[in-house]
Amino acid sequence: MSEKSERTARLSVFKTYKLYVGGKFPRSESGRVYEVTDSKGNWLANAPLASRKDARDAVVAARKAFGGWSGATAYNRGQVLYRVAEMLEGRREQFVREVADAEGLSKSKAAAVVDAAVDRWVWYAGWTDKIAQVVGGANPVAGPFFNLSTPEPTGVVTVLAPQDSSFLGLVSVIAPVIATGNTVVVIASERSPLPALSLGEVLATSDLPGGVVNVLTGRTAEIAAPLASHQDVNAIDLAGADAELARELEVAAADNLKRVVRPQAVDHWETPGIERLTAFLETKTVWHPTGALGAAGSSY
Amino acid sequence: MTMEKRSSAFEYAPAPESRSVVDIAPSYGLFIDGEFTEAADGRVFKTVSPSTEEVLSEVARAGAEDVDRAVRAARTAFVKWSALPGSERAKYLFRIARIIQERSRELAVLETLDNGKPIKETRDADLPLVAAHFFYYAGWADKLDHAGFGADPRPLGVAGQVIPWNFPLLMLAWKIAPALATGNTVVLKPAETTPLSALFFADICRQAGLPRGVVNILPGYGDAGAALVEHPDVNKVAFTGSTAVGKAIARQVAGSHKKVTLELGGKGANIVFDDAPVDQAVEGIVSGIFFNQGQVCCAGSRLLVQESIQDELLDSLKRRLSTLRLGDPLDKNTDIGAINSAEQLSRITSLVEQGESEGAERWSPACELPSSGYWFAPTLFTNVTQAHTIARDEIFGPVLSVLSFRTPDEAVAKANNSQYGLSAGIWSEKGSRILAVAGKLRAGVIWSNTFNKFDPTSPFGGYKESGFGREGGRHGLEAYLDV
Repeated sequence: MSEKSERTARLSVFKTYKLYVGGKFPRSESGRVYEVTDSKGNWLANAPLASRKDARDAVVAARKAFGGWSGATAYNRGQVLYRVAEMLEGRREQFVREVADAEGLSKSKAAAVVDAAVDRWVWYAGWTDKIAQVVGGANPVAGPFFNLSTPEPTGVVTVLAPQDSSFLGLVSVIAPVIATGNTVVVIASERSPLPALSLGEVLATSDLPGGVVNVLTGRTAEIAAPLASHQDVNAIDLAGADAELARELEVAAADNLKRVVRPQAVDHWETPGIERLTAFLETKTVWHPTGALGAAGSSY
Repeated sequence: MTMEKRSSAFEYAPAPESRSVVDIAPSYGLFIDGEFTEAADGRVFKTVSPSTEEVLSEVARAGAEDVDRAVRAARTAFVKWSALPGSERAKYLFRIARIIQERSRELAVLETLDNGKPIKETRDADLPLVAAHFFYYAGWADKLDHAGFGADPRPLGVAGQVIPWNFPLLMLAWKIAPALATGNTVVLKPAETTPLSALFFADICRQAGLPRGVVNILPGYGDAGAALVEHPDVNKVAFTGSTAVGKAIARQVAGSHKKVTLELGGKGANIVFDDAPVDQAVEGIVSGIFFNQGQVCCAGSRLLVQESIQDELLDSLKRRLSTLRLGDPLDKNTDIGAINSAEQLSRITSLVEQGESEGAERWSPACELPSSGYWFAPTLFTNVTQAHTIARDEIFGPVLSVLSFRTPDEAVAKANNSQYGLSAGIWSEKGSRILAVAGKLRAGVIWSNTFNKFDPTSPFGGYKESGFGREGGRHGLEAYLDV
């Protein structure tokens, strides 16, 4: 190798992967990291090994963000979700590389994954201002009342992201949760956490208020336990838990009657239905007296 | 006017409804596979009239073996029942609705006897709602393709249902009507203090010609309920009752494939703003907490009143409470009936004592309680803070805790300061304020300028620890479909 080419073989700049909590990028408060490798065992990065304290901090951030995000107009939430798709599209090459490394995919397969993930954000962006009409409505009660049922977000949702689909699976479980106004604490795929951490960087630049999505990485079982029993978490999606862990977490979740979505086989390539949207919605029904017009035309 | 004069001005001659319209047998069995049968271990229990402590009947007490037998009957029946065209299932349910209407006077008297609530309520609220609920879900049975759950949504299988004692037949209707409409079969356990109307319902199933095994009724205690929830061949669990039992059920079904809906406790806030129509609000407060002796999960048990009208409102409220008539539930003039059981009465009594010992101020109108039966006078507490037990825990009795607020934000914050989130009320003449406050309350059912209204088309159920899932309306179908 010539002296000249030695000089031009530039040493790349590694990225320090950090958690995404409350709109900021902290390291784990525990100071712990774990080694992340590609499918062939080559070192990729040291990812934060989040602790119980990180989990609790994430819940605080998610709760703080809930009022604003759930109170935003559905149109506004749709625009923010669409913005996520735009930002992701712009960083497509980076994600193709990261997904290929993480899941051992060819570049073309990884590109298909990223494209599907971008399209998933677009799909859910369009749902934000439609779901209320699909699942809510006026109820024809037998009496002089105007009675309206509307869906409202459940609150703070913990999500165990799928272990095998580190990016498309991740997007498929968090987008529906936030589309309706919930906020989320997501535990990334334990073995392949890097695409999730990079997604945090996309979310941070997508007009998404800090705390709406909080990304934790580390040992799924270790982080999930305090979240499943956390009294200020309203729901838990167990997508990334095996059967035994799912059972334990469901038992813990009963303490404050969290809404629980059990793990099930999902093909993330399919267009999703609305199940993941409605799983984290409450129905509020409000009765208003209508009065009645009397024979003389007077109102009640 | 003194209290004494006022009550004498409202004296009524007794107007008792006749007991002779209902024929209660000295004993009843379990209803399994279309037949009444003894419990496998031969156990029985007595059901009493809470207003007199008279034994009404002796009822077979289901155990785990009976649960297994009933679930097997329901599983066998499921094959044919779920394969019936929806239009045929609909006709069975329409038949049931009509027979309930025909027998509603009998059932109202029966329910009043077994539960202790006033005949006025069973006659004008429970029974009409029961019939309406079956009529409503009957119409869904052949329209499920259009209910928004995709084409041809499938039933789950065998539904295990456990219901409470406060609205025995209405809770049965809320559970059985949607389950059958969607093609499931049912094993239902009524509460141990109110088994009779469910057993009469078994007779209605017979009259309607319902195929055997589609509905099975297992009177019993909590052990039978737990056995039903745990049975491996039950696909769906529906429970209405206390939050503590609801949590136990949520733990029991963890890791299974059972679908669960829970309708649990509440501590509803009834919020009265300074521009509210006071007389209407007083009526709403009374209905909110004294309807069914306050033994209502969605009761308005916390009154939040704006400080500027607190004195005026409390004066009117106390005046109104002094006119409530407590006594014989079968008397058509009775407003306040008996507490359902000695156990519930002691729970109410101990919480009220705790309210006093924590420093809240207790008030009841002059009110003579009958010498036998289980009774509790309408009670309200003032000087209540959010930290008081009586402001936090569900009392499930005729006890109102009064708190005050200054601003709408404070009202919302106090209303939402609860582990529960079932119901709330808002009293104001200002439309925009009603909508703004309703939007911020974390509760599943909100009544503005009214309270305790129910309708089969209207979804009912709670936020937070008041449970999950909705009963009633199109929403109520989801709990019984594999979607």
